[in-house]
Parts: sequence; C-alpha cells; structure tokens
Amino acid sequence: MIINHPLLGPRDSAEFTYLGDARLIDRPDWQSQTAARDFYEYGYLRENPAGWHEELWFHEAGDRSWLVVTRNTVTHEISKVEMARDVARKRGRST
Amino acid sequence: MTQKNRLQGGQVDTTTTCKFKFDGKSYTAHSGDTLASALLANGVRLMGRSFKYHRPRGVLSAGSEEPNALVELRNGARQEPNTRATTIEMFDGLSANSQNRLGSLRFDLLAINDRFSNFLAAGFYYKTFMWPAAFWEKIYEPIIRKAAGLGSLSLQDDPDVYDKGFLHCDLLIIGAGPAGLMAALTAGRAGANVILADEDFRMGGRLNSETFSIDDAAGADWAAATVAELANLPNVRLMSRTTVIGAFDHGIYGAVERVSDHLPTPEVGKPRQVLWRIYTKQTVLAAGAIERPIAFENNDRPGIMLASSIRSYANRFAVAADQRVAVFTNNDDGHRTAADLHAKGVKISAVVDVRADAPRSHDYEVLHGEVVNTKGRLGLAFAEVKLADGTMRVLECGALGMAGGWNPNVHMTCHQRGRPAWNEDIAAFVPGGALPPGMSVAGAANGAFSTYAALTSGAAAAQKALGLKGRLPATPQAEDAPVNLKPFWYVEGCSRAWLDLQNDVTVKDVKLSHQEGFRSVEHLKRYTTLGMATDQGKTSNMGGLAIMAELAGKAIPEVGTTIFRPPYTPTAIGVLAGRHRGQEFHPKRLTPSHRWAEEQGAVFVEVGNWLRAQWFPRAGETHWRETVDREVLATRKSVGVCDVTTLGKVDVQGADAADFLNKIYCNGFAKLAVGKTRYGLMLREDGIAMDDGTAARLAEDHFVVTTTTANALPVYRHMEFVRQCLFPDMDVQLISTTEAWAQYAVAGPNSRKLLEKIVDQDISNDAFPFMACANITICGGLRARLFRISFSGELAYEIAVPSAYGDALMRRIIEVGAEFDVTPYGTEALGVMRIEKGHAAGNELNGTTTAQNLGMGRMVSKKKDSIGSTLSEREGLNAEGDVRQVGIRPVNPDDPVPAGAHLMNATGPVDAGHDQGYATSACFSPNLGHAIALGFLKDGANRMGEKMRLVSPLTGIDVQVEIVSAHFVDPEGERLRA
Repeated sequence: MIINHPLLGPRDSAEFTYLGDARLIDRPDWQSQTAARDFYEYGYLRENPAGWHEELWFHEAGDRSWLVVTRNTVTHEISKVEMARDVARKRGRST
Repeated sequence: MTQKNRLQGGQVDTTTTCKFKFDGKSYTAHSGDTLASALLANGVRLMGRSFKYHRPRGVLSAGSEEPNALVELRNGARQEPNTRATTIEMFDGLSANSQNRLGSLRFDLLAINDRFSNFLAAGFYYKTFMWPAAFWEKIYEPIIRKAAGLGSLSLQDDPDVYDKGFLHCDLLIIGAGPAGLMAALTAGRAGANVILADEDFRMGGRLNSETFSIDDAAGADWAAATVAELANLPNVRLMSRTTVIGAFDHGIYGAVERVSDHLPTPEVGKPRQVLWRIYTKQTVLAAGAIERPIAFENNDRPGIMLASSIRSYANRFAVAADQRVAVFTNNDDGHRTAADLHAKGVKISAVVDVRADAPRSHDYEVLHGEVVNTKGRLGLAFAEVKLADGTMRVLECGALGMAGGWNPNVHMTCHQRGRPAWNEDIAAFVPGGALPPGMSVAGAANGAFSTYAALTSGAAAAQKALGLKGRLPATPQAEDAPVNLKPFWYVEGCSRAWLDLQNDVTVKDVKLSHQEGFRSVEHLKRYTTLGMATDQGKTSNMGGLAIMAELAGKAIPEVGTTIFRPPYTPTAIGVLAGRHRGQEFHPKRLTPSHRWAEEQGAVFVEVGNWLRAQWFPRAGETHWRETVDREVLATRKSVGVCDVTTLGKVDVQGADAADFLNKIYCNGFAKLAVGKTRYGLMLREDGIAMDDGTAARLAEDHFVVTTTTANALPVYRHMEFVRQCLFPDMDVQLISTTEAWAQYAVAGPNSRKLLEKIVDQDISNDAFPFMACANITICGGLRARLFRISFSGELAYEIAVPSAYGDALMRRIIEVGAEFDVTPYGTEALGVMRIEKGHAAGNELNGTTTAQNLGMGRMVSKKKDSIGSTLSEREGLNAEGDVRQVGIRPVNPDDPVPAGAHLMNATGPVDAGHDQGYATSACFSPNLGHAIALGFLKDGANRMGEKMRLVSPLTGIDVQVEIVSAHFVDPEGERLRA
C-alpha cells in the first residue's frame, strides 16, 4: 500500500507500523465517575468494520509521525490521511 | 546423436549446438530451445510420472502453464525440483532428471498405484485412512509422504545470491505479445515511462509460434523489429525473463526477473534472480490466453498435447512433436496446427472435429467425430475415433493435439478479488468485476483473440491509460479471423479422462465429488485437488467447472469460477528472502567498543539486533560458568565494567517534560530534583507492566529516559503515541539517542576510585550520592554524562560519552583500572548479579505481570493519571493471593532450580490444578555457592521460608526448595549507597 503522508507525500506502507482503531485517541478522563467502565471500553471494545475505518499508523522508518489513515478494509482504498496530532486537537485533546 | 524430429526454420540458432543430459543420457540441442523442445527434437516424449497414479507423462504445453513435464534441474546444491521443462532455457552442459518415480522413468515401481486407482479416487485420504486412528501418524502418513511430493530438494544451502529492487513507471505492460508490444510502442513513442515485462526469454508471445504475417513481415520478424525499436527508446525498459507474479495494492506489482537461470551458474557478481517491486500509475495486462485440453479416455499419454503447443514447437522451435500428428478440436484454431505442420512436411493422421460444419482441407483428412480412447504403453501410438455416424476409426499417431478453445489469462485481474465474467461467444471467462485500480486488459487476455484485435486493443489500452489524445496509431494489417467454436469439454461416457494432469484428477473424480454432495466450486477444488499445486489449474479448472455445471444442471456462469491469487507461477522462497538470509536476516548492530570486545576474545550473544559480549573467557578457563563466576566475584570484590550502550535512551525535553513522564510512568516524576535519577515502571493501558528503566533529570526541562534493550523501539513508539495522540499540546519533544551515546556500567567497591582517575570533577559520596546524575567532562574536557545507578547492587555508575569516544573510553577504563584489577563482564555476569539482587528483567516483565506481581504495587501513584493506572486497579488484577515475585533457593545446595519449572506445595498432588507458581530467572550464584532463582508464587509475600517442590516433569526435575526474599545479596542496599 501507499500512504500519502501529509508532510512527506506518498510513502510505501512498509515504512510504517500499524496500531489500530483511531478511537485510541479518545482516552477517557481518569477522574470521571465512570472511569473504570470507560477505560475498559476504551481498552477492549473495538469496531471491526468491513469498509471504511479510521486507523493509526506510525511512520517508524520515517519522520515518526503518528497518522490517522482512513482506509477501506475491504478494498484497501485510502481516502484520507491526517496528522494524528491534528485529529487529537480536533477531538478536544488540547489541554 | 541426431535430433530426429528437428525441422527447418524456427527461432533456434542451429549454428550453435548445446550438449545436455536427461536422466544421465546425453543429447544435443540448440540455443533458443527449451528443455522440452530439445527432448521432443530428440524423440523423447516420456518426461515424467504423474503425481498420484505414476502414469507415464510427457509435455502438455509450451509455456509456464505446464502441469506435466516437471523435472529436477541441475545437480548438487543447485538442484531444483519441480522445474517446468517448457520454461527451462537450454544451455550447454544442462543436466536434468525426471522425478516422482521409484526405479527408472520407464519402469516406475509406483506405477502399481494406477492399478489401484479405484481406491485412490477423490477424497481417498479422508475415506481410506480413517481407521484405526493410531495408524495415521505411524503408518499411513509416512508411506504417503514417501510416495508423494514430486521432486526432491538438494538439502544443501543455495549457493546463489538473490536480490531485490524497486522500479517506478507510468505504465507497466505485462506480456509482450502483439497486444503488449503495440501498447509499449504507443506509450513509448508518446514519451511515457514504460516497463514491458514478459516471462519468456524471447518477446513476441504467440507471434513467435504462429505463421501469421503482420503487414509484409512474418509475425516473429515484426515482433523482433518492434522490440528493437523499443530497445532504442530511453524511456522504455524491456524486461524479458521477468514474470509479474502479483498485483498488489495501490499500483504495486511484484515481478521476478530470472537473471541467471539460463546460465550454468550465475556470472560473478550477478544474482540468480531479482524480486522487483514495481510502482506504476497504470497497467496494461496483455498476458494472452492459454489453450484448454479436452477430456477423453486416456488423454494423458506422452504425445497428447495442446494443439497450440504442437504449433509452437514446430514454428518457433523447429521441432515436430512426432512424425505423425493428429488433432482433436472443437474450433477452427485446431486446424491451424494441422495446416502448419503439414506445411513443414509432417504427416497429419487426421483432424477430428466435433463440429459437422468443420472446415475441410485438401491436404489432410478431416473427420467429424470424437477421440474416445488412446493406446500406447509409454507414449501415444493410436487414437480411437468414433465418427458421427457411429463407426470407429483407429488413427496411428505419436502426437495428438487437443484444441478445446482458449481461456483468457485473467489471473492478475483477480488478485484484488475481481470476479471473471462469462463470455458466451468464446465460451470462456474474461476479466470482470472490479479490476485492480489502474489496470486495463488488452488482447487475448481480454478475449480479443485475433492478431488484429490484439494489436488494436493494445494500442487503445495504452492510449487510454496515459490519457493520450488524438487518433490511435494505424494498426498494421494482420490476421483477423473470428472465433468459430462449439463448446465441448469431455467425451460422453468417459471416466478415466484427465482434467488435471498435475493432480491426477479425472472426470470420474468430479462426478464422484458431485455425487457426494460437493456443490460449490471451492469445495470441488479442495475435495478433488483440482487446480492445486504448481500450475494452479491453468489448464484444468475450466474443464472441471464445465462438468460440474452440467451435473448440477446449471450454466457455467451460474456455477462461477474459483479466482486466482499471487504468485502467477511458482516462485522460489530464495528470491522472496533476497539477501535477508543467515547472518543477513536482519541488520547487525554493533556497539562502539565492539572491536575492543572482540580483541578480548568475547563471546557474543544477539539481543534484539545487537551483538553484546556475553562473557570474556580467559586462558585456562574451560567452561563458561568458570568465566562468569570469575567476572561476578571480581566485580563484587573490586570493580567490573560492562558495555550497556544497547539500553534504549530517549531524550525528553520541554517545559512539560516532567508532566509527560508522569503520564508514561506509573510512579511520580514531577518532584524529582534536577541532578537526580529515579527508577520508573511503565505500564500498558491495560495495567500490565510494559518496561522499566531510569529517568535522569539533567535540567528542569530535560530528562534522559532509559529502556530495556529489547523494548527500545516499542517504548519509543509508545511514548510518541502518548505525546502526539493523547497530549498533543504538551510542550515536550522526544528523540531516540540510543546510538548517540556509548554507555558503560562501572560497578564494584572500587568503581569510584577508578572513575576519579577519569572524571574531571568531585564525585565523592557527598558530592555525587546514590542516584545522582550530571552532565560532566572527563579526561580533561570531553563531555560526558554520569549516573550513579546500580543494576548489580554494588556501588556503581553508568558513564556515557558520545559514540565516537566509546572505544577510547573503554580502553581508558581498562588502562586506569589496572591497579584495581578491573574486570570486563558480559551480559551473563550482569544477569547473575541482577538475579542475586532481585531486580526484575524481561523474564519477569513478561507481558502477564502487574506492578503488584512484581512487588511494586505501591509504586503505582493514585494521585495522578498515568497510562495503565486506571485499569491496574481492576479487581481481577488485585485479587487476594495473587502471585508475587519471590526468591527460590534449593534446600540441598547441589540441586538446580531451573527457570520454567513450577512450584508445588511440599505435599499434595503435582499437576496443573495445584500449580503455585513458577521460576522465571535462574543462575548459579558464585557469592552464595548454589543455584538461585526468581519466580512468581501465589501469595508469595506471605510464604517466606516455606519449603516447596520445584518440578519440571518434562525434564525430570523435582527438587525441594525454600522460598526466600528475592534480594539474595545485600538486602539492605548498603553497598550501593557507600
């Protein structure tokens, strides 16, 4: 596969390591009343879609950016690649 | 030796003669031959034995689809099994042997299987060998394994080199027949970056095997002239002997170039094969088509071939398959074989056509009927024909061409799950469904079978792929015959009529499979093995499908087809591995003082990719334990030095550096004073221990974090995840500095005295106490880092210098340490000392243990949020009586306490149900004089002094042990604070 890195352009997927569902960005609040339940769901429950999926890739043999790659798990088509940091900010992880 | 079947003409070079051997017998051939054409030229039809029944077999095809003529090529280490004689390019000195036989090829003892064919029908594995169950492993399987498996391996290392390479292009064209050549010409002339790949050693595809002309030239000459023009275009790369093996995601194709397979041995410095990874924007698949056989009784004898391959041998290789040739056809194309061979002076016994309206000939007899059986012990002698009026005829012939129509080579269009579609006009599957993005198909591969259609569609495909404007280039004049075909798959009433020659699957097997309820084509394939093995059913799938459809009373498209996956043809594991074999399997990482360690005669061990000194044997030492014991005792007595460069180092800088460490470590770092170091335990988010190390605060906003050697990469990746994905606005930067600094542990009571001779500043206990750290200079100005940390439990330091100075520092330490008898020690002594001290390492941080299990439960701060802190509080991870890290010592000092052995109560049963824990790390402690171990024990903290059994039924170990504190040496930690 080829991942179109937002900063570096098209790169072979062999340069990356894969983590999984980009939902891992949404780490729960440890002080919430429901923290135990929230972390359990965060840690263990994943969607397993046949189709579009937002996932985390790390450019380990490159610039060490974490990316959020929107990939179709059936066709491997990639529709969007973003810096994970920007996605995290959009999702309210700025402190 | 005469080549009795050699004809005139063709594209072999009759001015050069090659000598070759087959089964030890010498023959001659010409360059331009394949092994198959050379054997046929010499009148050799018998080339192998079939897989299951050991029936005599000859060559079926003239290409890579060959199911039958598989041989062992070359001798010695280069011996290669299951090599298709049709793709082996002739060279002088070639040597090949037939395979899958017991005894000689002519008198194969396993041919007895053919007599028992009734017991070896489809699914015989599942039926025959069911009972008694115990017989499977000991009796059935060894016999079957011995009988099966085709060719044999040399069992020696492959002496050749294989390479990998990367190519980029605008247009990849797969196949250099008329469609591919025309596509390349169109794209090449337009200036596009083109790669034209063909598996054959001669480009031109069917043009080399037919007598058609293009414009005024013979087809083969037009192909040669076109290749010559393309070779002169700098933007076109011609790759013959190159098989595109797979279409992968996003325009990436795999291709194997056989650089040296056509030579006796590769030229010096040249690889045998190269695996290319081709990145292309667009692809034109022009892979042609493969002719299909017809099933009739005993259609597998040597001499029975695809009609088109008989034509290839005659026209391209100047070889008559035999002096008497017959053809059995259901379409006009079969007649070409008869016409071409007749023109070359070969006797045509007859053309048998299933169609009443078959074209007639003045030159040979055309019969309306079917071939119903054949005779001939080790090769075809007679074909029995049943004419349409019911009368029988016997044809004398040594070669019989089967012409059942053509299957477009859709293989590559299926690699991303494209499903071929049925085309009624040619009674074949053509590319269908979604093709790999960027791929278009031209010529026969797309069902356009005439030469004219191939040329036109090739040009059009290239133009479309590149978005070229304007009119298509004029197509040269060429043959444009329509397809006249009557679908005909098998002769009514036949039984032992072969569909899949490689797997010995007959019409009878397909019928049996249907009778036994296998309705899906995928099930048919797996039950009968139709279409498996090296040829992947290129010549057999279609026949099986057609019969299955008929039995089910359905049309072929309703039954559907199996699809294809890479590789297109068998691919050697060696070329996939490339240079990554043996010592080059992964990169080797050496520390800056590696050469020094070599000079000391160190024995090295691989840790991750690193080579680390394991111990340093001295003259007279006869066993590694002797060496390690000496290193340990010398370190604890005076001073030792160990290369710890391989530990991961991460530089953490920024205003929020301390806050960041608070997130990644379960224990607190915010209050760590500048100039101090702290042990840190990292958890995974699920609460399990991930890694441990130290973090040294060199400045308010600057920490140096260490990780274990093996986890350097994953920990760094994790830290970047936390930084970028979880806390994107923390002011913190990370960089891995593992390779930037060479680091040495200097340990033992004299370590301070030794370092005082190197370090430029005061490192007395007051000035530089336990857990101190600092940027310092050494040797009169060289920048360095000093950490007073201890893995051994002794007064100890770790000193780091820029990598370039690592070797010099090691040599300096040894030099100035001579008066203290400084002793270099390796990873084994390091391990012994850490076990003696009760420090956890990889065996304890094994992915199943929590901080609590490690006896560090109280380290997990409840006052802050850190990765893993919430889930580490889960009930299940905090149950009463959970395992705790303990020390284990044998009651009898001579007994071993091996790691991996399990702890059992002193009395009571010894079984998994009564398991109490297990030993994780073990060593001989030279300080205590007996073996010791660390381990995990249920409720371990409350069982100190208990006598237990340590058992390993597998290795026959059962020793009495005592549970003790994991801190075997200096439990109060006085030494490291001295």
